[in-house]
Amino acid sequence: MSINLQALSAQLLVGLINGSFYALLSLGLAVIFGMLNIINFAHGAVYMMGAFAAYFLLNLAGIGYWPALILAPLAVGLFGMVMERTMLKWIANLDHLYGLLLTFGLALIIQGVFQNYFGSSGLPYAIPDALKGGMNLGFMFLPIYRGWVVIFSLVVCLATWFLIERTRLGAYLRAATENPTLVRAFGINVPLMITLTYGLGVGLAALAGVLSAPINQVRPLMGADLIIVVFAVVVIGGMGSIMGSIITGFTLGIIEGLTKYFYPEASNTVVFVLMVLVLLVKPSGLTGRAA
Amino acid sequence: MKKAVSTSLLGLALMMSASSLAFAQDKTAKIGVLNDQSGLYADVTGPGSVVAAQMAVEDSGLLAKGWKIDVVIGDHQNKPDVGSNIARQWFDVDKVDAIVDVPTSSVGLVVNNIVKEKNGVYLNSGSGTSDLSNAQCSPNTIHWAYDTFQLANGTGSAMVKNGGDTWFFLTADYAFGTALERDTTNAVTAKGGKIIGSVRPPLNTADFSSFLLQAQASKAKVIGLANAGGDTINSIKQASEFGIVKGGQKLAGLLMFITDVHALGLPVANGLSFTETFYWDLNDGTRGFSKRFQARMKNKNMPTTVQAGVYSSLIHYFKTLDAMGGNSHDGLKIVNAMKAAPTDDIIFGKGTIQPNGRKLHPAYLFEVKKPEESKGPWDYYKLVATIPADQAFTPLDKSACPLLKKT
Repeated sequence: MSINLQALSAQLLVGLINGSFYALLSLGLAVIFGMLNIINFAHGAVYMMGAFAAYFLLNLAGIGYWPALILAPLAVGLFGMVMERTMLKWIANLDHLYGLLLTFGLALIIQGVFQNYFGSSGLPYAIPDALKGGMNLGFMFLPIYRGWVVIFSLVVCLATWFLIERTRLGAYLRAATENPTLVRAFGINVPLMITLTYGLGVGLAALAGVLSAPINQVRPLMGADLIIVVFAVVVIGGMGSIMGSIITGFTLGIIEGLTKYFYPEASNTVVFVLMVLVLLVKPSGLTGRAA
Repeated sequence: MKKAVSTSLLGLALMMSASSLAFAQDKTAKIGVLNDQSGLYADVTGPGSVVAAQMAVEDSGLLAKGWKIDVVIGDHQNKPDVGSNIARQWFDVDKVDAIVDVPTSSVGLVVNNIVKEKNGVYLNSGSGTSDLSNAQCSPNTIHWAYDTFQLANGTGSAMVKNGGDTWFFLTADYAFGTALERDTTNAVTAKGGKIIGSVRPPLNTADFSSFLLQAQASKAKVIGLANAGGDTINSIKQASEFGIVKGGQKLAGLLMFITDVHALGLPVANGLSFTETFYWDLNDGTRGFSKRFQARMKNKNMPTTVQAGVYSSLIHYFKTLDAMGGNSHDGLKIVNAMKAAPTDDIIFGKGTIQPNGRKLHPAYLFEVKKPEESKGPWDYYKLVATIPADQAFTPLDKSACPLLKKT
């Protein structure tokens, strides 16, 4: 196959778009793992709930895309916090495996309930009027909505990184993970912070869900299909590393895009091949600290 | 000595008549609905096919005649290994008589071999691959609702006739997709069209933008979507996002079901044309069946061609069992009797079954209505053309089925 520079740059851009979803989702996972030490398998389910929340807001309450961008993550984040307070809290000190099994079970239940009512083909959600259409970049036709997704998720990712690594609140959070008892002694409400962190991680996933609703169908299984790839991204980037998961998310999107151009049949597996390679060479992930 | 021989002969005769008596009185049947219960084909087949099978049991009238009919369900998750395990267990342990539905051609073909080996009855409505009545045909199989040849022939020929003479394929990378691409290629080139490229995304892909860009860059007049279910929905939705139809290229959904159109919504789906063998709003019979079906579905979906096919195939199976006076559990014998009798039901009307196991009925070229043309929920299709039963499917003289050579 001859390499066509125009087509190649188009594929790179498309890869970047998918990368934004990987980045947003793996960021939420990294935040949750870093602060709570929970491998949150329910992440795909809450991503799906975000998309459904946007759909319900539009079709039941007549609330459009822009408010949904804030309301849906809030609502789903709240759901996440309830989940943390009622269930995850009790296994916080146990082995990772318990958290993984609990969240996996929750994901199956949530997906099953949605599937029971909405089937598997999903529901349509239209692109907001302001972002309809596209522009001709010369080498490709870029739908405006996709451009918006890349820019918006990049901003959200960096803001989250800034919040955790560069603010006082973030410093408390990081301190609370290192030594909860000591931080408590300074009069800081650690359990509340943990609940809020879980809410933040879940909210990020729901935000990704809202962003994806106009591109993909709003389907009960949309998260289940994505979550495995996102876990591979997190493993490659290094569990718990915020910046690592952002960079890996975007990079893997691009690599996947290139695979779709050169050898489409392998595009579903390339991420896992990379994961195996990274695990063989650097088991803690590209940016992760050794455990 | 002579007396001993005649006594034993008499005994033998009595035994034989006793066993054939037992034969005639066996009024039980076990139906296995094997499909995708929760994945990307669950709306097209899934729980709806189970409802259709149960309706067929009730409508057959056999229960009133003292028959005992069980319906069991299997979820093959679109994986050939899972599907073949279930099929084997059904025959060996659960004593299932007939397997119906079985979407996902790769699974459909594997089960085809097992049913033949176990001498069961295989009424396939879910798989697309035309191989089931060609190279891989089996004396125990009837391919019921639709196939890739019929889809390709209907949609492919119609698109070329309307000026779509250059094609680019987006093909799901497994048995069904490649069969559909092959059959459509034949139909298009036969009418003077040209194929200028194809790309093969894996089954169950969420993002088609890369592939759509390649299709867009090819400048082909028609982009043929040789995929199904969730894959078709996503590719059409994203094609509209990338302005492919606005740019002058046409999309050909080679396999579309009403649930796909429902999921896309008319604003995105309008103008698509494709071939189906069933639509709920065709006549009084289909409307009556569909309304009853819809009332029993949890998500209130209308029946797809596959689900209607499951109903239709079982109605004919039960009629045949009734005519035979009992269930011999001999798959070959029952399928031969089914092939010999003409079919008649509210789904496909009057029809026949070819010796290669291909069920014949008319096919319809539909176009999706514009939002303002639709009178209400599920009023989606406009009938463009009817393809008579004898032209819709592979002609017998072109069928590669080895069964045909013996006769």
